[in-house]
Amino acid sequence: MTAQTKIFETPLYPYARHPDQDAATPARHTAVVVGAGPVGLALAIDLAQMGVEVLVIDDNDKVSFGSRAICFAKRPLEILDRLGCGVPMVDKGVVWNLGKVFFDDRQVYEFNLLPEKGHKFPAFINLQQYYFEDYLVARVRALQAEGAPIELRGKNKLTAIDQQPDHVMLSIDTPEGPYSLRADWLIACDGAGSPVRRMLGLDFVGEVFQDNFLIADVVMEADFPTERWFWFDPPFNRGQSALLHKQPDNVWRIDFQIGWDIDREKELDPANIDKRLKAMLGEDIQYELEWSSIYTFQCRRMEKFHEGRVIFAGDSAHQVSPFGARGANSGLQDTDNLAWKLKLIQDGTAPESLLDSYDIERIHGAKENILNSTRSTDFITPKSETSRIFRDAVLDLSERHDFARPFVNSGRLSVPCTYDGSPLNTPDALPQGPARARPGAPCPDLPLGEGFLLERLGGRTAPRFHLLAIGVEVPTGLTVPGVEIEVIALAPDTSPALKERYLGEAPAALYLIRPDQHVAARWPGFDRVAVEAALNRALGKEA
Amino acid sequence: MSLILTRNTPHADDVYQRLIDAHEGKTKAESDAFNARLILILMNHIGDEQVIAEALAAAEI
Repeated sequence: MTAQTKIFETPLYPYARHPDQDAATPARHTAVVVGAGPVGLALAIDLAQMGVEVLVIDDNDKVSFGSRAICFAKRPLEILDRLGCGVPMVDKGVVWNLGKVFFDDRQVYEFNLLPEKGHKFPAFINLQQYYFEDYLVARVRALQAEGAPIELRGKNKLTAIDQQPDHVMLSIDTPEGPYSLRADWLIACDGAGSPVRRMLGLDFVGEVFQDNFLIADVVMEADFPTERWFWFDPPFNRGQSALLHKQPDNVWRIDFQIGWDIDREKELDPANIDKRLKAMLGEDIQYELEWSSIYTFQCRRMEKFHEGRVIFAGDSAHQVSPFGARGANSGLQDTDNLAWKLKLIQDGTAPESLLDSYDIERIHGAKENILNSTRSTDFITPKSETSRIFRDAVLDLSERHDFARPFVNSGRLSVPCTYDGSPLNTPDALPQGPARARPGAPCPDLPLGEGFLLERLGGRTAPRFHLLAIGVEVPTGLTVPGVEIEVIALAPDTSPALKERYLGEAPAALYLIRPDQHVAARWPGFDRVAVEAALNRALGKEA
Repeated sequence: MSLILTRNTPHADDVYQRLIDAHEGKTKAESDAFNARLILILMNHIGDEQVIAEALAAAEI
């Protein structure tokens, strides 16, 4: 057990001197990613897979200390599959579907995520962030072995940036002293406290929640089922909430809401944690405390997600409360949205203004996440006496009546973002098609041949677009300069899932699908002019 | 449908008395909780979000 749980204490990418540090003039890199967390590593892998030279710097040299982000949703797992590391994460992770809600000393409600069949990935897995990052680093190493242009430098701390018209100048400190670099693009994946954002003096405004949560990750042999258990006002934590959730290796995540006025040191004292755990789980539990931490949170975002050649992704751009698992999951959707756009801009295939669509689409996502996680937080921590009275009324009624259950909010779990209203979308020309596959939506998965549809869609080695032609003849010779388009032709009667997820009432359909597997346009048949116009629009080249 | 703000119940005194009687013997906290449950039950029964919005506005006297 000990050997397995010490991943986060071993340097995974230790400092090593690089020739850049001795260069007479600062070396130039295409993309420099600041921060080797889940978001930074995923972005770097995506870029490198498409041949964009990328350097990741981090002031640390290890994976995440402690479990931190533990819930990963289906859409991010699909993104990670495109990056070549979704399957090992699911193999290691704990799959769960059932959530139970307790109020006082009784269960009032349970929900089942009831995942739809015929998807490669489950609705959710629980996996410690350190494992998540470990798999990403392994993927970086595999790409390096294949000769992909990706590099990871530990103990390289960014100390200053200077924006120039066509590049960014970086000052970096290392254990052996400072050096400078130039980057065509700097992507700040440096977390909620983003030093890059501070260096540029950019605002990060939103709502502060006056509350603290104590996390205890404990290793124990327990026969609790693999479910998410959430308590409102339980006898062992009066007036507050608590959460129990299983992770791999018999690690259990336990969160105690502890209020605003607290003595941090006293709360983190293992004797205090022991008292809390025994009150919750019984006097005779045997456990080992792996990690503990106290967190507070805010819901806020940046006004714009890029400033010149500096781009923000993940928590540096937007921060949410942890209820609903919308932090890392939305950060991964940021990278999914950004990588292909940067590649096409770098190649000169798309105009630099394509980057504006990253802001529009991902701010849309951030607003959705902030709205949902703010509402969850207000339900869990009512801000007034009346708010608490209504909250308790909902919980009491939910035990007896079905109507009250949708009001219970212990976290609205992350769902994929549909980019409704994006300037890259072409207006829906297949209104009788299913709404879930409308322009802006991520493509629904389905079984296809020996595998799944999503395995064949999206960009891997190139920012490839796909035409999914269902009962539609697509002539060859469709070209838009600089863009790879691959046609996937399927018969309308391929499977009931194809009909349900892509045809609806339509007898045939043609979908234009972006490199990030989102639908750009759809039609009832093929029209060369319409397809080329939609492709240009998806490249930000609106006529 | 829109919110009804004219007389809609034939026995006003009876209905009002039921509401008052329901709170008989309850502490302030119990009454507050009861009212909250009642509002939620009625809100769900109405269902129509526009009517609920109009009711919320009408309650702001």
